[in-house]
Amino acid sequence: MKLTFTIQGGDFTHAGHPSSEVKKVLKQLNIDNKIIKNVVIALYEAEVNVVAHAYSGTVNVEIDENKITILVTDEGPGIPDIDLAMKPGYSTASKSVQEMGFGAGMGLPNIKKNTDEMWLETEVGKGTKVKMLNYFA
Amino acid sequence: MTEQTQYHALKVDAIKCIGCTHCMKSCPTEAIRVIKGLAVIDHDSCVDCGQCHRVCPTNAFYVEQDDLAKIRKFKYRVILFPSIMIGQFPEKYSENQIYEGLIKIGFTHVYEVEQPLQLLIDSVKEYCANPVNTKPAISAYCPAIIRLIQSRYPSLTENIILRKAPYDLAAHFAIERFMLEGAQRDEIGLFYATPCIAKIASVKNPGGEGESIVDGIINMNHLYNEVMKVISEDEAEDHSIQRQNLSSEGVLWSLTRGESRNFGSRSMAIDGIHNVVRFLERLENDQVKGIDFLELRACDQSCAGGILLTGNRFMNVERLERRARRYPLAKDIPFSNIKVDVKKLKQKLIIDSIQPKPVFIFGKDRIKAMEKIDRAQRIVCFLPGIDCGACGAPNCHALADDMVNNKAKMSDCIFLQQMWEDEGRITANKAFLNVQKKWGTNRFKADCNKKGRRNEGF
Repeated sequence: MKLTFTIQGGDFTHAGHPSSEVKKVLKQLNIDNKIIKNVVIALYEAEVNVVAHAYSGTVNVEIDENKITILVTDEGPGIPDIDLAMKPGYSTASKSVQEMGFGAGMGLPNIKKNTDEMWLETEVGKGTKVKMLNYFA
Repeated sequence: MTEQTQYHALKVDAIKCIGCTHCMKSCPTEAIRVIKGLAVIDHDSCVDCGQCHRVCPTNAFYVEQDDLAKIRKFKYRVILFPSIMIGQFPEKYSENQIYEGLIKIGFTHVYEVEQPLQLLIDSVKEYCANPVNTKPAISAYCPAIIRLIQSRYPSLTENIILRKAPYDLAAHFAIERFMLEGAQRDEIGLFYATPCIAKIASVKNPGGEGESIVDGIINMNHLYNEVMKVISEDEAEDHSIQRQNLSSEGVLWSLTRGESRNFGSRSMAIDGIHNVVRFLERLENDQVKGIDFLELRACDQSCAGGILLTGNRFMNVERLERRARRYPLAKDIPFSNIKVDVKKLKQKLIIDSIQPKPVFIFGKDRIKAMEKIDRAQRIVCFLPGIDCGACGAPNCHALADDMVNNKAKMSDCIFLQQMWEDEGRITANKAFLNVQKKWGTNRFKADCNKKGRRNEGF
C-alpha cells in the first residue's frame, strides 16, 4: 500500500504529520513497537530536514508485508558535503532554526541509526532525496 | 494474551438516548457509533474515560453501582474516598459535619484514601530512581489513562510506574488496622466512593491483580445526595482522629499537579483526555525529551472534574487548595501513627506488570489489514470530509473504516445519497428509507421540546 504527503519548507508548526500518520497505519498492521519507533523517528528527522533547509518536499511511503520504504524528496539547496552532513553534531541550520530547538546536527545520523538501509542523493542548488528502508522482522 | 471482553461500567439507556451524536463526536477513541438512532459503545475500544457521559444532553449514560444497603451486612462499614469528596460540599459544612453525615447514613468508619501517603511517595520515588525503569515514568494513578495507553499506545505501557493508587494503599491500610484491632476480614466491609467510572471498571476488572480489594463501589454523586439529606447544620463532634495520617500532599493528590509536584527533576502534568491523547502521540514519536515524571489525568482539573462529582470543578479545587494549607506535610507525620507493619503495606503497593492490549480495528492478519486500509483510503476520497456524523460514525475516516469492516455501507453517507438521487441512480423514497433505517422513525417527528439543542451537553 502507498501513502503520499507533502511538506512545506519553514513550517515547523505542522512538521510531524506524515510520521504520525505512518505510525497510525503501522500500529494497525501489528508491527513490532520498536520497529515502528525507528521508522517514526527516522521519518520525523527527514521531515524536519525538509522543513529546516528546503522549500518544499514530498513523502512517498510504500508498505508491503515485510518492509516499509520511504522516499523523501525535496526542492532545496542540496547538500554540498555529504560526509560532513552525516557527521553527528554538524549542522548548517540557521540560528533562528536552532533557537526553535532544531538543528542539533543529528538529522541524517539519526536517520541512519534508525533505518536498516538508507540512500542519499543530492544535487547542490536543486534538492535532496533520502530513501529509507525498514524491515518488519 | 487472553481475549476477554473488558468490564465497562457505562451503559446507554435506550429510552433516554436520542442518538444526537454528541457522545460519538467527543469520544477520544472513536468507540461510539449511532445505530438505529441509539448510541452503541464498542467495548474493545472504550477506555472508560466518561467523556460521553459528560457531553450527553439527555443523561442517557448511566453507571452501574452497588446498592448502599449492601453495607449493612458488615460489622465494620468503612467508606473510603478521595479528598475531592470533601471539596464538593458547600463551604459552610465542616469536615466533621461531612464525616458525621457519612456515619448517619450507616458507615462506622470514614476514611480518606490519601493516607498514609508518605509510603506511596517513597515507593514511587524509589521506582523512579531505578535506572532500569523507562523514562519518562508515567503515573498509574488514572485508570482511564492506563487503559488508553494499553490499547492505543501499547509501546508506552513500559513507562507506567508499577505502583498502585492511594485507593489501594488506603484499602490495605484499613484492613491491616482493623485486623490489628481483632476484626475478621469478613466483618470488614470496604466501600469506595468513586469520582469516575474508570475506577469502577478497574475495580471490577483489575486486570491480573486478582480479586478486588473493596466490597463495593458507590458513585460519589449518589453519596453526596445521601449525605446532603442528613447533614446537620450544627457543629459535629471531632472526627479528626480518622484523618490523623492525612497530609497536605494527600489533600491535593487527586488534583492536577497533585502528583507531579512531588516527583522528578523535570515533571509534567496533563489533564483532559484529548490533551493527553495529543501528548501521548508526541511522546510515542520520541518528540518529548528530558522529562522524567508524567502525571496524566483523563478529566479536566483531574478528579475534581470527575463525572460523578457534584458542583463546579474549579470551586472544588479552590476549596481543597485552602484545605491543604491546614494539613502537615506527609514527611512530618510520624510513622508511629500508622501502627501497622509499614514494610508489608509497602509491598502491597507494587503492581506486577501492566500488559499492552492493542486494538487492531482491521484484524490481526497483516496482508488483509493492509488491503483494508488501502480500500478505506480510496473510499475516503468519495466522502465529503465534513465529518457531519449523519452516517452514525464520528467522521468520514471512521465511516470508511467501518465500511471495509462490513459495518457500514456507502449509502450511509447522506451526501453520497443526495448525489445519487441527483444522478437518478436511486429514488428519493429509497434515500429517505436509508436515513430512516439509521436514525429510526422518531427522528423525523416534530418535537418542540427537542433535547440536544445548541450548547446542550457542553
